Amino acid sequence: MTRNFSNLERRLLNEFQQYLPLSPRPWAEIAERLGVYETQVLETLRRLQTEGVISRVGAVFQPNRVGASTLAAMAVPASELERIATIVNGFDEVNHNYEREHEFNLWFMVVAADEEALQSVLAEIETRCGYPLLDLPLKSEFHIDLGFDLKWT
Amino acid sequence: MDMIRDRPFETALIGIIGTGLPLVSRPYAAIAESLGCSESEVIDGIRRLAMRGDLKRFGVVVRHRRLGYRANGMVVWDIPDARIAEIGPRIGACEFVTLCYQRPRRLPEWRYNLFSMVHGRDRDTVEAQVDSIVEDLQLQDIERRILFSHRCFKQRGASYRRVESAPAPIGAAIAVNE
Repeated sequence: MTRNFSNLERRLLNEFQQYLPLSPRPWAEIAERLGVYETQVLETLRRLQTEGVISRVGAVFQPNRVGASTLAAMAVPASELERIATIVNGFDEVNHNYEREHEFNLWFMVVAADEEALQSVLAEIETRCGYPLLDLPLKSEFHIDLGFDLKWT
Repeated sequence: MDMIRDRPFETALIGIIGTGLPLVSRPYAAIAESLGCSESEVIDGIRRLAMRGDLKRFGVVVRHRRLGYRANGMVVWDIPDARIAEIGPRIGACEFVTLCYQRPRRLPEWRYNLFSMVHGRDRDTVEAQVDSIVEDLQLQDIERRILFSHRCFKQRGASYRRVESAPAPIGAAIAVNE
């Protein structure tokens, strides 16, 4: 169901994940680099965002440099999963929530302003869901994040 | 106003750039208008966050699933504590690995202490990629599991307008680990 992407779309998706120009007209600067017009860059990005191919054009923050975050996991009976996932999604502090293949089958990221706020949100999620969660904060990072290299084959 | 010490400004800026730039010709000027400051203060503010190491990336955030990378395997490893500093960076440097973090064990329920993310077009591809990591790095005696994702219940993709209108908790606008 993945559609074919134009050359401009591919280059925008692959080459601008890491640095956006910090000049007053960043799309014009990108356009110049790609040999197209500013409006083409803007229209293409808008379309990719509307289609949900990109979630946004913006910042991804270093974990625990801005706010406090953790990865949480819950073991939920299959029949309860959708109901519990909806409760979890209702928290603004939750920004990813996936079903995964394991006894611990619900995995989500929780981000709050500081550690104290984080712990209180985790406690509230447990109370509202009625299941205990695993709190798995980051200890060290072993990967230099260069974005995601899309292989167009 | 001394912007360097202006925490409310920085918090608001973090919220906006974490949610996404407005797709207009002069996005930093548009942000400046909503914050009541100048365009150059916005640009300098973002540069300062970048210099401080707070930004992992600043650009196009793609949704893997929508690009045909349908299989997403969270590979968890039970690495002896004494070896994690040696093995962690080697797994993190593998071609298909997009995230690699050490996290605490939670015994007895959870024994795995290293988490790496592997994306592929399908399940078989991800499994083959994990097999090649195991072989290349000689990790045959390390216990591991691949937790494939099924449904995605939430992936933050908020719009610029949301932050503009609502003073959401700071966490709401900050997506990490993507």
